[in-house]
Amino acid sequence: MNYSIKIGGEAGQGVQTVGETLCQIFAASGLHVFSHQDYESRIRGGHNFYQIRISEDSVMCPKEKVDILLAFDYESVRLHTPELSEIGQILYDSQILKTKISDSRSIDVPFLKIARETGGPDIASNIAAIGAVCGILGVKREILLGVVTNIFAKKGFETVAKNVEAAQAGYDYAIKACIMCPFRLPEPRPRKILISGNEAIALGALVSGLKFYSGYPMTPSTGILNYVAEHSLTFGCIVEQAEDEIAAINMVIGASFAGVRSMTATSGGGFALMVEGLSLAGMTETPLVIVLAQRPGPATGLPTKTEAADLLFALFAGHGEFSRIIFAPGTPLEAFYLTNKAFHLSEKYQVPVIILSDQYLADSQWTFDSLDLESLRYMDMRLRGASFENQKGYKRHLFTDTGVSPLGVPGDARHLVVTDSDEHDEEGHITEDRELRKRMVEKRLFKKLTLIRREIDEPTVYGDVGADIAVLCWGSTYGVVKEAIDRILKDFPISMVHFKEMYPLPYEGHWLEFLKKKRILINVEQNATSQFAKLLRMETGLAVHRNINRFDGRPFGVEDLVERIYAHIE
Amino acid sequence: MLTLNDFKGKTPAWCPGCGNYAILKAFNSAMVELGIEPHMVVIVSGIGQAGKFPHYTRCNTFNGLHGRTLPVATGIKLANHSLVVFAVAGDGDCYGEGGNHLIHAIRRNPNIKLMVHNNQVYGLTKGQASPTTSQGVLTKAQPYGTLSEPLNPVALAIALDASFVARGFAGLPDDLKELIKEAVKHRGFSFLDILQPCVTFNRVNTYSWYKERVYKIELSHPVHDRIKAFEKALEWGDRIPVGIFYRKEKPTLEEKIPVLKNEPLVRQKFDFEMAKSLVRKIKNVD
Repeated sequence: MNYSIKIGGEAGQGVQTVGETLCQIFAASGLHVFSHQDYESRIRGGHNFYQIRISEDSVMCPKEKVDILLAFDYESVRLHTPELSEIGQILYDSQILKTKISDSRSIDVPFLKIARETGGPDIASNIAAIGAVCGILGVKREILLGVVTNIFAKKGFETVAKNVEAAQAGYDYAIKACIMCPFRLPEPRPRKILISGNEAIALGALVSGLKFYSGYPMTPSTGILNYVAEHSLTFGCIVEQAEDEIAAINMVIGASFAGVRSMTATSGGGFALMVEGLSLAGMTETPLVIVLAQRPGPATGLPTKTEAADLLFALFAGHGEFSRIIFAPGTPLEAFYLTNKAFHLSEKYQVPVIILSDQYLADSQWTFDSLDLESLRYMDMRLRGASFENQKGYKRHLFTDTGVSPLGVPGDARHLVVTDSDEHDEEGHITEDRELRKRMVEKRLFKKLTLIRREIDEPTVYGDVGADIAVLCWGSTYGVVKEAIDRILKDFPISMVHFKEMYPLPYEGHWLEFLKKKRILINVEQNATSQFAKLLRMETGLAVHRNINRFDGRPFGVEDLVERIYAHIE
Repeated sequence: MLTLNDFKGKTPAWCPGCGNYAILKAFNSAMVELGIEPHMVVIVSGIGQAGKFPHYTRCNTFNGLHGRTLPVATGIKLANHSLVVFAVAGDGDCYGEGGNHLIHAIRRNPNIKLMVHNNQVYGLTKGQASPTTSQGVLTKAQPYGTLSEPLNPVALAIALDASFVARGFAGLPDDLKELIKEAVKHRGFSFLDILQPCVTFNRVNTYSWYKERVYKIELSHPVHDRIKAFEKALEWGDRIPVGIFYRKEKPTLEEKIPVLKNEPLVRQKFDFEMAKSLVRKIKNVD
């Protein structure tokens, strides 16, 4: 069982809401779900779609063929009918589309009429549509109604009743209209955890002790701001919307200096403004987590599309030389754990950590069987209260063997916490002394980076490890490359190596030897210039043999990727 | 007992005769008289001669970037509102590079004390025009004279309905000390523009130029009247008023944040196990 559902329509028609609700229903049915969206940079109109893939097995990328097309406008029919699979069906309402579709694979369900008859507003036609999709798929009725009830529970009994009725009517109508539909779902299983990349990062931050968040809204990072804000009271976290990204990062640095775990999130243009502050965090050794949700650039680029072309920007951002850590999770689950690791390392080494995400990861929803909360870490590494007061001769930037100085919380002791964006002495006061300058650079850069490298995990290796061909990838291409490898493995020995901890790279041990032995290294990147290949060569001297790039703002599809990998191995 | 010695910092590297010395002395005396201990104060500063201020006194210090004083100070205040947070900036720092942040800091009204060392010139970069330089003033960077009109920071602050607006003068150090004390006592954002002659680069606005013009705002001035305050703020020329222009009671940013109802953020213990169980609940994890 492996179906895909595409919901198409104009912005403002509720495409995203319908998609998210269906994802919840499938997750509640115990199915594996992967969803991604394609939307335009406008509030109303245009063409948007939300695509969901469901399976009994884990899924992490879209497939190109569509089994159910739910069309809210004629444009969706026109654009996506060619994508229909052999068993594909189009669900639509001729009243909403203002036309009847002659294609024999289409089912006309009166969503709008149902909404009006059940006494709901016209938008309740979306609920009827959700019901219809569930009907032809054979989703258990009580699961559909349970999710619909939950969604409207806050709005009172009457709203719940109307929407439940609309969902049922859509469900029943579709079953009758589609007697020949071949779709079958397995018996319900324990519910799965459904989570998007943005949610995973926000939740990962909150469970790591995030107390202060400041940001400026920017697609596709805004979901993080919204999610943290939504849960801020529950977790005891302050969320402040800043006047610009410069203010956001400086507020976060201030809050972190004053003793709380802090984070900001943005996208390319916003990160460009934050670069000055990033350098400040490096100089003042202030812990800080920055999420850089990439989008295609330069400048404003394609605001709502996907690309991963800020790796080298993140690596070189900031004037001067200082330690930093860069992560690029491949799935929401990795995003959750890596955010926790980001907070841990940021505070342990007093360095900025940048988490690279992209629109594809940020807005996609995945399902997982479990979330291993026991593997999370939380250690308060700041000097507070009595343990701070009892320090003798406290100096904020004290030279130590590790390069890590005591991070005192100002006001908790009679000691003073002093830091400076100018070069400073151990106490934190301005200096131009040659020897001090040299030692401070060594402390901030070499000593810390050496220790940090020991904390970095090796890349994930998958597939036929003995094969003489390996595909390299990083960040959110994990899922699609993995599925491509699975398909190729049926006829051809191949392996993949996925990097999620990008900088510093792990110690050149096993993984580098593994790569060096391969006859062909094929590097897959969602950008034009193979930035990771450059980083790898710069850090290790290892050159890849082939590059596969996609930079049209759309994610790789499995079928397309398989073909392109084959082109390099045959 | 606190003494001035408790606030003794590094030896200043300011020019002899610089107006900053008077501000430093007024600040230290105000702290001693208010009985505020150095470790309960954080001074945030930017870049410029004013930016070096915290090194010459003795408090917790974050000497950050040019223009970014107020966002850092806001972050500190929100993280720990039990600290007395000062933001110290120059006119270029606060009204030029940091202009946007000033507007929004006033809108937020955190309980931060802002002192702007206003010498109407860029001193550290050797004499270019600042946002408060008079029109027509010649500099190396403005060879045809400064073309833009000078900013009126006091009028700007009143227009934004800042909760405390005052102007001090380095030539009246005792009055300046009292103004700093009033600014600290005020609950909310305190804006203090300090006229501070630059003896090296500003040949126009000298001590004697100011002494001829500066006068103290009359006791009868209605500080709660915004229109009257605005009128007073427009006086600049033959007569320059110093003192408190405007004062308004309103809730501070910290008071409006529900998370801060009981205690400062930094004192709120993070319960890791509790957070994990919340995640379990939110994400339906068994």
